[in-house]
Amino acid sequence: MAAINRRQLLAAGAGISALAVLQACSNSPGETNTGEKKVEVFSWWSGPGEGEGLEALIANFKQNNAGVDFVNAAVAGGSGTQAKQVLGDRMRNNQPPDSYQLHAGLEAADDIKAGWLEDLSSLYEANGWKSKFPAGLIDKLSISGKIYAVPVNIHRSNLMFFSPKKLAEWGISAPAKTWTEFLAQAETLKAKNVKALSVGATWTQMHLLENVLLGELGTEKYNGLWDGKTDWKGANVVAALDVFKKVLDVSVVGTDDWQPTIDKVLAGTAAYNVMGDWAAGYLQGAKALKYKDGYDVVASPGSTGVYNFLADSFTLPKNAPHKTYAEAWLKLCASPEGQDLFNPKKGSVPARLDSDKSKYTDYLGWALKEWQDSKTVVVGSLVHGVVANNSWKSEIEKAYGVFFTGKDSAKFAAAVATAYAANK
Amino acid sequence: MSNFKRRARRWAPGLLLVSPSLVLLGVFVYGFIGWNIKISVTDWKGQLETDNYVGLFWYKQLFADETFHNDIRNLLIFTVVFIGGAVIVGLLLALLMDKGVRGENVLRSIYLFPMGISFIATAIVWRWLLNSDEGEGTTGVNDILGWIGIHSDWHKADSQWAISAIALPAGWALSGYVMALFLAGLRGIPEDLREAARVDGASEFHVYWHVVRPMMLPVFMSVLVILAHISLKTFDLIYGIAPLDPRTETPAIFMYLTAFRGYFYARGAAIATLLFFAIAAVIVPYIWYSIRKERTAR
Repeated sequence: MAAINRRQLLAAGAGISALAVLQACSNSPGETNTGEKKVEVFSWWSGPGEGEGLEALIANFKQNNAGVDFVNAAVAGGSGTQAKQVLGDRMRNNQPPDSYQLHAGLEAADDIKAGWLEDLSSLYEANGWKSKFPAGLIDKLSISGKIYAVPVNIHRSNLMFFSPKKLAEWGISAPAKTWTEFLAQAETLKAKNVKALSVGATWTQMHLLENVLLGELGTEKYNGLWDGKTDWKGANVVAALDVFKKVLDVSVVGTDDWQPTIDKVLAGTAAYNVMGDWAAGYLQGAKALKYKDGYDVVASPGSTGVYNFLADSFTLPKNAPHKTYAEAWLKLCASPEGQDLFNPKKGSVPARLDSDKSKYTDYLGWALKEWQDSKTVVVGSLVHGVVANNSWKSEIEKAYGVFFTGKDSAKFAAAVATAYAANK
Repeated sequence: MSNFKRRARRWAPGLLLVSPSLVLLGVFVYGFIGWNIKISVTDWKGQLETDNYVGLFWYKQLFADETFHNDIRNLLIFTVVFIGGAVIVGLLLALLMDKGVRGENVLRSIYLFPMGISFIATAIVWRWLLNSDEGEGTTGVNDILGWIGIHSDWHKADSQWAISAIALPAGWALSGYVMALFLAGLRGIPEDLREAARVDGASEFHVYWHVVRPMMLPVFMSVLVILAHISLKTFDLIYGIAPLDPRTETPAIFMYLTAFRGYFYARGAAIATLLFFAIAAVIVPYIWYSIRKERTAR
């Protein structure tokens, strides 16, 4: 079912109104204007959940900064693709908002190279934030030793969803812990005419790919893939890519977005679905399923105790017209109070380690426990912009298209390695 | 001097009248085409524009790029199936209309309506119509095909020809327009000519083949050119039905992805330039041909 759902309609409506807002403020000057009591925050949070989370933050901001005009410039569509284009135009024309949303990690590299972002290291020092976030996260957020963004939420990519009742019905006692075990289970499922996994549009396939690589290579080699320490053309990487091909072979491969794809697990067409934790919000909200009963989730095979993260963060652009209030906004985003206002609504966990655990229940309770566990290893997601800059990522996507049709692991590995050398 | 003045009085008012559109066209069409070509020979990659000259670097890279080869193959398949389908359906409809049906005005509008819908709306409707889910999830055309036990994977099929499924909505949208063009052409043929042929003992087929067909050739040429340039620049329809899928990717989609998601602006500009020349290769001979014909007609 690829018809438009209510969410997309809402998003489209919000997009149109956001455009109207942009028109209204497009003639704001690029110079710092300390006198004006206003702050403009640019994001792509307009959908259900995230939009409400943002509203809660805005309400809190208004309470503590009475008389400041808050402009919510949210541009809907495509996990920020549309917003980034609008933003790019504004930045090139020196009309920055006071703060804008960015996926944490190397996705910011282009903006930093372009000189658009203010180094926030001093803000981190002044507020003692460095000790409040996990060290692994600070490490992934830093680019050449400087931090340019304040993380608001943490999502997890390496999750495998399933229906516990269906699994029991098919005679599978526990979800697969490694990809080898997964492929063995696939044989059992095949006899019952069930596909082992459902996967959809290209980005969901790449989402699966990064987690197969993580599970097969382990955290150290996985991290090395993104900083040049692991050779893509090496035998173990190619072997992991071959495992990915085997996983695709036992999967139902569609072209839909993630919601219809995970629906196939609920319908019993497929046993598992590898997706990020926003799926938990969907299953619990739109599908009204109970955690551990209607649906269950474990770390994807081979990645127990690993948090393959992605995060949304806010930045301070250079020449932000209302810097004082922008900093007040960033402080709210980084505060335990702000993070606890936003995350339960968005369906993610707070980046801070000292947040109020009682606010997170069901899946989020488990996720927060894992996130705050000092033994958990934090690694970054490729598809969601943490470990590769935009150019390299788009080249990987391009090479993946060839890989998907030709199924040549060695050639794909070589193409990714070449693209890394050209775009690092 | 007075001679010049006298002559100027003849062309100056005309020039004055068209000059605003000439200036606008010059800047917003030809100026930007030039700018785009300029970007395509620079090294602009990333958020900020850089203009170091790199020659034909991006073009060479594109011609060696497997993705680009795949995209061109897809585009050729799409163009052939789309133009072929739209011409055949359009011509058939026009011939039937020409034979005279009751309520022709209503029918003509009905066939033309799809063209009035934007491609992106067409895409959203057809994404649902071309759903390939099996079992309970089946929707759209597969629901009907199911009655006779057929199921098609459409553009998701594991075949080099998968993109031809996209020609279905494209043809749906434009065959009504093709019909209108052919119908206008048919109506332009004087009835006396056909009568004369019939008096001379020509069968109805002979009338169409020897009288109508040659006179329809110019219309046929315009139809081909119009459809070819629409096909080359189709973006929204494909992006709306199956975004980010190598099976349905064309150079126009590649251009968008590489420029706006990967920030390879120069490479995007190079693809745009190639598309521009491809469209020019179709249209320029046509314009040249029609101008020459107009001159000889005078």
